[in-house]
Amino acid sequence: MTAALSPRSLAEALRWFGDEPSSKLVAGCTDLMVADTLRRSEMPRVIDLLSVPGLADVHDTGAFLEMGATATFAALGQNAVIRQCFPALSDAARAVGGWQIQARATIGGNIANASPAGDSPPVLLALDATVVAASTAGEREIPYDQFHVAYRKTALRPGELVRAVRLPWPVPGSRQAFRKVGTRAAQAISKIAVAMSVRIEAGRIVEARIGAGSVAATPIRLRAAETAAIANAVSEALATAVGKAAASEVRPIDDVRSTAEYRSFALERVARRLVLELGGLS
Amino acid sequence: MNGIGSSPPRPDGWAKVSGAALYADDLEPSGLWFGATVRSPHAHAVVSSIRYDPSVVPEAVFVTAGDLPAVNGIQLLDDSWPILADRLTRHVGEPVALVAAPSRLDALRAARAVSVEYETQTAVFSLEDAETLPPHSSLSLGCGDVDRALASAASILDGEYRTGHQEHIYIECQTMTAWFDGETVVAEGSMQCPYYIHKALVHAFGLPAERVRVLANTVGGGFGGKEDFPSALAIHAALLARACGHPVRLAYDRHEDIVATTKRHPARVRIVSGVDRQGALLGLDIDIVLDGGAYNTLSPVVLSRAALHAAGPYRCPNVRVQARALRTHTAPNGAFRGFGAPQVQFAIERHMDGIARAVGCDPFEIRLRNALEPGDRLPTGQVLDASTAARACLEEVERRTGFRKLWREAEDRRRTDPAAACRGVGLSLFFHGAGFTGNGERNMQSPVGARLLDDGRIEVLTAMTDMGQGCVAIFPQIAIAAGGFEPDDVVFAPPDTALVPDSGPTVASRTTMIVGGLIAQVASEMAERVFSWWRSSHSGVWMTDENGRLRPLGVTFREAARKYRQEVGGIEITRRNQPPAWQEFDDSAYRGAAYPTFSWGADVVELEVDRDTLAVMPTRVTSVCEVGRVIHPVLCAGQIEGGTLQALGYALLEEVKMEHGRYLNDRLATYIIPTIQDTPPIAVHLLERPWEGGPFGAKGVGELPMDGGAPAVAQAIENASGLIPNEIPATPERLLGWQRSGRCVEAAR
Amino acid sequence: MNIECTVNGRSVSLAGEPMDRLLDLLRWQLSLTGTKEGCGEGECGACTVLMDGAPVVSCLVPLMQCAGRSIETVEGVAMGPQREFLERFVALGGVQCGACTPGVVVTACALLRSNPKPTREEAARALAGNLCRCTGYEGILRAVCDEEPRP
Repeated sequence: MTAALSPRSLAEALRWFGDEPSSKLVAGCTDLMVADTLRRSEMPRVIDLLSVPGLADVHDTGAFLEMGATATFAALGQNAVIRQCFPALSDAARAVGGWQIQARATIGGNIANASPAGDSPPVLLALDATVVAASTAGEREIPYDQFHVAYRKTALRPGELVRAVRLPWPVPGSRQAFRKVGTRAAQAISKIAVAMSVRIEAGRIVEARIGAGSVAATPIRLRAAETAAIANAVSEALATAVGKAAASEVRPIDDVRSTAEYRSFALERVARRLVLELGGLS
Repeated sequence: MNGIGSSPPRPDGWAKVSGAALYADDLEPSGLWFGATVRSPHAHAVVSSIRYDPSVVPEAVFVTAGDLPAVNGIQLLDDSWPILADRLTRHVGEPVALVAAPSRLDALRAARAVSVEYETQTAVFSLEDAETLPPHSSLSLGCGDVDRALASAASILDGEYRTGHQEHIYIECQTMTAWFDGETVVAEGSMQCPYYIHKALVHAFGLPAERVRVLANTVGGGFGGKEDFPSALAIHAALLARACGHPVRLAYDRHEDIVATTKRHPARVRIVSGVDRQGALLGLDIDIVLDGGAYNTLSPVVLSRAALHAAGPYRCPNVRVQARALRTHTAPNGAFRGFGAPQVQFAIERHMDGIARAVGCDPFEIRLRNALEPGDRLPTGQVLDASTAARACLEEVERRTGFRKLWREAEDRRRTDPAAACRGVGLSLFFHGAGFTGNGERNMQSPVGARLLDDGRIEVLTAMTDMGQGCVAIFPQIAIAAGGFEPDDVVFAPPDTALVPDSGPTVASRTTMIVGGLIAQVASEMAERVFSWWRSSHSGVWMTDENGRLRPLGVTFREAARKYRQEVGGIEITRRNQPPAWQEFDDSAYRGAAYPTFSWGADVVELEVDRDTLAVMPTRVTSVCEVGRVIHPVLCAGQIEGGTLQALGYALLEEVKMEHGRYLNDRLATYIIPTIQDTPPIAVHLLERPWEGGPFGAKGVGELPMDGGAPAVAQAIENASGLIPNEIPATPERLLGWQRSGRCVEAAR
Repeated sequence: MNIECTVNGRSVSLAGEPMDRLLDLLRWQLSLTGTKEGCGEGECGACTVLMDGAPVVSCLVPLMQCAGRSIETVEGVAMGPQREFLERFVALGGVQCGACTPGVVVTACALLRSNPKPTREEAARALAGNLCRCTGYEGILRAVCDEEPRP
């Protein structure tokens, strides 16, 4: 028997979750429901976050764009402000599953589920996102690059949930891009995914953030590649150097979707390509 | 609107789009229980003990090999495939025990209450290691003196080609329900071949034939996957039904379906060829090895079709084919659209590309130079008939696509600017023998029946199932046209062994050509009987219809038939398939006509190779096929469109990775088939060379398109990138490996 | 648990465990067997239904999230005003085995309600979550994009 809880407010959700931190939080259920029938029937206590009013809101707080945890990828992919200001996120949202999955899967679920192959994490890393974590003790902000601590483990404490994700507004001169290399053209899980955000001044990259998925146990920032990107004018040579740095700082694995060898290769080439594209050379 | 060559909407169409069509898992007989299967997690192991805890689900029933009523064998070609593992398991996923309970959840709980102890044994997975075990079967065929031909050839090419497993992924998973109706065992479900299951149940339960009844529900896709495996499922369900006294359903979920059911045989084909200076084939020495998996199922027949198609649609006076199906500790491989032909035609087509490069001509020229023509002889000695259309298909596909120019441009682009090269084009030429191989049709002499109903309508009786291909539309078209009937004059009995004769399995591209031919015969005879009686007993004005039959003016068939029924009585006609007398085949020597005729095709695939990721994206496919007279163009093209995409998936995406005999891609999230966004526009052009042996000139269609896609894709990748894909699927990971090991055109030069 | 929702315009009550799949409830409690299971993990789209107008895979929707929602299945779509499209779907070769068909037509109908004349690209984007193994998608695209039948 499963106890099903549908909180009517965030406070209620937090209280119920705080009472029993082993409760299963659910939203779009696109990962959870894949569990086999027996395991699904044996979940003891489930809290449905879709029933919390306002938790799917996307709004401008002034300093940030704030996306509520249960905002779906369909909503994010169609959001005009996101399309305009965060095209990499918009692209990632449209690369999630198919229409049916986008209609249900949420950004909060995507990061809390903490798969290294999630579509949004590389973008959130590149866009310097912050996670707003909430519990009965209150809210705290977790820089997104400190959110994924180990394979399928996050920095959330017991009884704490993802309330929202914040993105700082892009500054002048910044550009961003996302590329997913999936197992097929659509409805795919990534072999690798890369997101890049750079600020270009006078033809030079002065700031770079690069996030990658499916190349490590967690979604990660490619810091060596970021360092390599900040240099002289954007050029073929620079792009190649960034690609090489990216490939050299990760140790991907063989799994059912791809090989370590291919992942390193594709990461190098895609990182290179994104530098060329963002630098206007491709 | 219903005539031959028109495309009436399929009669089951509305039921399917509206959700009303009933598939196997949509029915809910009263008292239905659900089964579950306990499977071996080991590839090769001794079963040392099986324990079951009945306290978990007290009302559940539990069945092991010890409970079998007769032999422990699923009768197909032989009965060497065990119903349940007894003592030894020979592949991961092999059924060891069965349970049934009143609900699906309880069945799963009961299955979890079974604990099995195993002692694992050494297992064999690769074809190379499988050489140490006795093969499932082997054969050889040939003509001329290959060694002498190779010795005198201007150039010799030696190549090895590999293809992988392919999973059917019919969207409806395997489902079967069985129960006992008094002393009679009844099985209904998703299947291609009701009489295969009938035979298997008779054998497994030791029952007389009349105490077994099998019927097909609406079938949600087959592709060969519901030819062999449903026999296992039906026996399992019937064993559980016998144990619990309820109807029992086994409905596999996708994971179980992928783990447990048959797949396309992986293959390794080695070809040594000798050609003259112009590239004309002088000799072919071909060695075929198929991975049969743990048990025999249909491997010998798959192997036979592979051997018979191994030289491709090419003329060669000296051919030697040696073929073996080997044993490995993986789930048995079995029937899959194409049935051995896609594997060997991938090999010969890639080999022809190699010859073209060696003699310095393009892929079109090498094929045109060697393409079979009417009157040519196949390696078995068969002389090809006038409907042989290899050249016509090649020329038409070139005319429609401008292949040669595109190919040449891409070759030049690759040489002048290798970094920029990303587009390529590939051509394949292929053929497929229609109907059973060898003496299959002659031995079976499959019958089709027809009878006059009280209201003057005709009921046609066949055992064919519609798994989507559309015989529900095509059979009436044939009957109506052959008999000169109105659309409502003909009804078809459902494929239920209690009602219809064994008109053979729904396989081998034989449905329209063979069974459709018998339908035309019985329909025509029915019309003849009724109208000739009318002529002898009524006066009036007579006209000649388009079949040259005299019929009374102003009197419909139905009126005449109703009168006949009242005044004379019923008519029942059964006609058996008689292959043409000239189609003789010696199946020990492999000499003669293995097929009554062949269908022909040429594909051109255009694609792009992503320079960064080596991902391959087909951008356009043109398929020119010659399948005799086309009965229903929409359905015929639909077969070719769907088969072509299945071939593109085979070539690029679909891969079964294994670890210790366990499939790693055992879910739909990891076994990757093409989505609509992976699919290029597929333009189908049908050439028609009516063949006098088929109804209205029709030949077989269903499997042909599976043969052409993969080699055309491989050649296009080569054209775009210079890499030489002699192994499929040509995944980006493999392309990278070839790039790094220098397996490319420029290095080979 | 018991919940109330609307299925094909009718108020219904569904009973089961909170994490029971909408797919099973439709098929076994409401006998709406038009909705098919193809994979049970949201990959194939055969079980697509509309939830408040948006296509969702009913194998991934738990009962507890259906309360108060409006659900439309293939049976509902077939009774609605899009009959002409469904007939075209049959005529142009969109249907072969029919197992993916309910999911495909439900998704396609959702698309056509907001975009009555989609391009092939738009149609392909909308249908990326619906796997078909029979048709090569050609007949489906011809029907959704209202193209001319084959000559």
